[in-house]
Amino acid sequence: MSSRPIIQVEGLSKRYIIGHQVRHDTLVDTLRHGVAGLWSAWRRRSASAKEEFWALRDLSFDVRPGEVLGIIGRNGAGKSTLLKILSRITEPTTGRVTLRGRVASLLEVGTGFHPDLSGRDNIFLNGAILGMTRAETRRKFDEIVAFAEVEKFIDTPVKRYSSGMYVRLAFAVAAHLEPEILIVDEVLSVGDVSFQRKCLGKMEEVSKGKGRTVIFVSHNTDTVIHLCSSAILLQNGCVAASGNAVAVVARYMAGGGGTDTYLAPANKTHGVMEITTTTPNPARTDLEFRIKIKTPEPLANLTVGFVVFTLGGSPLFGSNTLFHPWRTTFVSRSSGEATVAVRDVPLWSGTYRASFWLSNGVHGVDHVPDAVMFDVFNPRLPANAPSARDIGSIHVPAEWHFSA
Amino acid sequence: MSRPTEHNPPAAVPELVLEAGRADQHYWRDLWRYRELLGYLAWRDIKVRYQQTVLGVAWALVQPVVTMVIFTFVFGRLANMPSGGTPYPLIVMSGQLGWQLFANALSNSSGSLVGNGHLISKVYFPRLVVPLSTLAVALIDFAIVFVLFVAMAAWFGVSPNWRWLVLPVPTVWALLTALGAGLWLAALTVRFRDFRFVVPFLLQVGIFLTPVGYRVDFFPNWRDLLSLNPMSGVIDVFRWCLLDSAAELYWRGIFLSCGITLLLLISGIWYFRRTERTFADNI
Repeated sequence: MSSRPIIQVEGLSKRYIIGHQVRHDTLVDTLRHGVAGLWSAWRRRSASAKEEFWALRDLSFDVRPGEVLGIIGRNGAGKSTLLKILSRITEPTTGRVTLRGRVASLLEVGTGFHPDLSGRDNIFLNGAILGMTRAETRRKFDEIVAFAEVEKFIDTPVKRYSSGMYVRLAFAVAAHLEPEILIVDEVLSVGDVSFQRKCLGKMEEVSKGKGRTVIFVSHNTDTVIHLCSSAILLQNGCVAASGNAVAVVARYMAGGGGTDTYLAPANKTHGVMEITTTTPNPARTDLEFRIKIKTPEPLANLTVGFVVFTLGGSPLFGSNTLFHPWRTTFVSRSSGEATVAVRDVPLWSGTYRASFWLSNGVHGVDHVPDAVMFDVFNPRLPANAPSARDIGSIHVPAEWHFSA
Repeated sequence: MSRPTEHNPPAAVPELVLEAGRADQHYWRDLWRYRELLGYLAWRDIKVRYQQTVLGVAWALVQPVVTMVIFTFVFGRLANMPSGGTPYPLIVMSGQLGWQLFANALSNSSGSLVGNGHLISKVYFPRLVVPLSTLAVALIDFAIVFVLFVAMAAWFGVSPNWRWLVLPVPTVWALLTALGAGLWLAALTVRFRDFRFVVPFLLQVGIFLTPVGYRVDFFPNWRDLLSLNPMSGVIDVFRWCLLDSAAELYWRGIFLSCGITLLLLISGIWYFRRTERTFADNI
C-alpha cells in the first residue's frame, strides 16, 4: 500500500528540568531561588547546576495507516512521555510530529469520571472528555451499557459501583471511540481476567476489523505480541529496536527487559536482601535468579528456595537446596549470594511471578511472597500462538500423528 | 469532513503538526469544537453542587441574605449612609447581585485548573474550556439570587420597568471581569499555589472597595477613583437598571471601568495562552 504515514515522528525530544530549584510550589521559593541565583552569579560561583533530564531523545519513526504499533521498554524509558506528546497533552522540546487523522487517547481508564454522578451521566461526560459528540454517545449508549454489563445500575452513582463495574464502564466508553488513531496506555492491566479478554477482543476488532491505527503501550510483552504487528523498543528515551513485534520483544527480553528486581525495604536487616532475574539466552527460555542473603549469624545449614507462580497465583514449579543441593561447596557465612539457573523452562510466553524463602534447615528465616515478576518469551512459539491464559502456562513437547 | 473508512486517509483529513511553540494553530476552532465538553463540565459542576444537599438551592441564598442584613445594619443604620429614598435592603441587594456573580465566578474559575488537574494531565482539550465552564455555576446562583431580589422589590413596592431589559449588559460585564482576573489567577495557581490564598483575600477586601453596601452617586469626589475598580462600574449599571431612584449613568466612570475590564480580559487570555502548554508539566 503506497500510503503516506498517518503518524510521522521526526527528531522528537522532550526535556524536563529536574532538581530542587525547578518546582517552586510557592512564590517565596521562586523569589528565594531567584535571589540566590543572582547572588551566586554575582559571586561568580556557578549557579547550582540545573539538572536536565531528556525523557526522549531524537526519536524518529513512522506509523502506517492500519498499523498496530506496540511500544515497550522499562519504566522510565520514555513511553509515557511519548504518549503524552502524541496525545497533545504536553509539547515536545524539539522535533515534530505530524498527525494525519483524528486522535483519541486513553492514558487512563475513567478519566473525568465523577463519583457522585450516575453511570448514565458519566458515560456522556466521559464521552465528551474523550472527544465524542453528544449524538455519537447517544447512538452508542445501549451498546456501551451492554458491553460494560451494568444495565441494572445505570442510574446509580458510580461511587456505589464495585471497582470491577467501575472499570468495565470506563473501558466500555473508551472502547466505543471511533478515531482514526487510537492511543492506549496500559489500561488493559485492570479489571478481571474475563473482562481483560473482552477488551483485547475489542481492541483486535478495532484494529484488524476497521483498519484503525493503534498505538499500544504495555509492560505485558505477551499482549504486545498478540495484538501488534510491529513494535518499538524504547531505552533511555531512544529507539533501541523497531520492526516486527516478535523480534523487538525478543530483543527486549534479551536485554533483561520484562524482569523485576527485588530490593529489601530499608528497615530490613536480614533475610533475602536483593533478587535479580535474568533471561540470559534469547534463543531459549532460560531463567536465572541471583539472591543476596544476610543472616544475623552464620548458618551451618542454610537452605534457599523459590516457587514460580502464574499471574493468577497458581504454583507451577519450584526448587530448593534440599532437593537440588548446592553444586558449589557451601561455606557458612552470614552473607552471600545464591544463584540458581533453570535451563529451558517449559513455559508458554507470558508473565510470571516468583516467591523466595530462606531457612536454617529447621525453621523458616525469611519468606518473600511475590518478590519478582518476569516475562518469559518462548521463541519456539509462533507469533500468533494463543496466550498462556487460554492454553495454559506449560509448553509441553507434544507429538501429533495422523493416520487415515 | 468525511471520516476515512479505508486504510488511506483522504487528503481532506487535516494535517496536524505538533512542534514546540506551535500547539496553537487551530486554537479557536478547537475551542469551538469542544463547546460540548464545555457544556458537560458546566452541567457536571451544577449537578454535583446541589446533589446530596437537603436545602439544595436555598444555599445559594444564605450568603447574600446574611450579607444583606449585616450591610443594611452597618451602612444603613450605624453609618447612616444616604439612601436617596430607596429602601436600604434593596440598595444592598442590587449591589449583592453583581458582586456575588463576580465573586462566585472569580473563585470558581481561579481554582478550576488545579481542581481539574486529573483531566489536564490525561486528556487534550483547549484549556480555556475549564475556566469558561465554571462561569455557568455562578450564573445559576445569580439567577436564584435574582428571583429573591424580584420578590423583595415586589414587597417594597418597586415594579420592573424597561430598564430591566438592559440587565444582560452588566451581567455579561461582571462575568467578563471575573473571567479576566480568573484566567490570570487560574494560570498562576498552576505554577504557584500561593494564589489560592489570594482569592479569598481579594474578595474580602473587594466587597468594601466596591459600592456593594453603599451608593456611590452620593460621593462625586470619589467616583473616578472608585471606577478604577471595574466592578464599581458594573454595580452602577446594575443599580441603574433595578432602582427607580438611581441617578443618571456616570459615563466617564463606566468607560474607565470598561477599559479596565478589557485590559484584564485581554491580558488574562494572553497570559493563559502563553502558559497553558506547560500546565500538564506543572500541575
